Amino acid sequence: MSLQDKYSALTDAATAAGITDLAVREQDGVLYIDGTAADGATKDHLWEVYNQIDPNFASGDLVLNVNVAIDAAVTHAKVVTESSNLNIRKGPGTDQPIVGKAAHGEIITLVNRSNDLWWLVRTNDGEEGYCYAQYLEAQA
Amino acid sequence: MKTTKLLMSTVIAATLFLASCKPKDAAIQAAIQAKEAAGITVAVTKGDVTLTGEVDDEATKAKAEEIAKAEKGVKSVINNLTVKPVAAPVVIADDSALIKNVADATKDFPTVKAEVKDGVIVLTGELKKASLITLMQHLSALKPKKIDNKLTIK
Repeated sequence: MSLQDKYSALTDAATAAGITDLAVREQDGVLYIDGTAADGATKDHLWEVYNQIDPNFASGDLVLNVNVAIDAAVTHAKVVTESSNLNIRKGPGTDQPIVGKAAHGEIITLVNRSNDLWWLVRTNDGEEGYCYAQYLEAQA
Repeated sequence: MKTTKLLMSTVIAATLFLASCKPKDAAIQAAIQAKEAAGITVAVTKGDVTLTGEVDDEATKAKAEEIAKAEKGVKSVINNLTVKPVAAPVVIADDSALIKNVADATKDFPTVKAEVKDGVIVLTGELKKASLITLMQHLSALKPKKIDNKLTIK
């Protein structure tokens, strides 16, 4: 069975969910699915479908890179760590010194999102620095 | 009156001439169609050939036009073939960038050990099932070649 067949339920779900710029390619035994989802719930749904096809993602034959589209007008984000505070760092990288913290659930100001992985933010106390974008949820 | 008659006869002559063209068009059509690749539709009107359909690349499109032009009796070829859009190539991050980004992404998962080699992220250690999706989402955004997940899921 080809990888495209194995993951057809996933690509069908992606198409049905209206994923934009959807690209599905197979290369060297790995299927790459890229695209942009309208919201986080759509992205999570695709990951659930992926988990059903390949329980615990153990096969190593798919790279599912679906990001959530963010309106350019969005100016605030919520801290969505599991429970801990989110480090705010001087530069983009965990090797950078910590300049502040944002509390779990806190809503902070987005200053710049030009780096996909690290967003420049400002807390309500006026601390400015970089946070890991995966722990931030853009507020509509 | 005379002009009208002349016109009429011209029209009749033209019609007869065109009618006589028809079987020729059909023959040309069949001859070209047989030589063209699957997915290409050939239409012939008065020796003018129109190619429609979708092909894989520009070279196939040009070749299809050459085949049609080479056919005897062809006056012109309108090449309306479209080239299939190429899927964006797979982008795989450099190891140096990937190693740094994987370290950032796995920092909050202290029970997970991640190694990067030739674009492949190898995960060992153990992790709670609830955290697995989050970790996989973080890592998949880093453009790895592959994620080799050898984690023990608790």
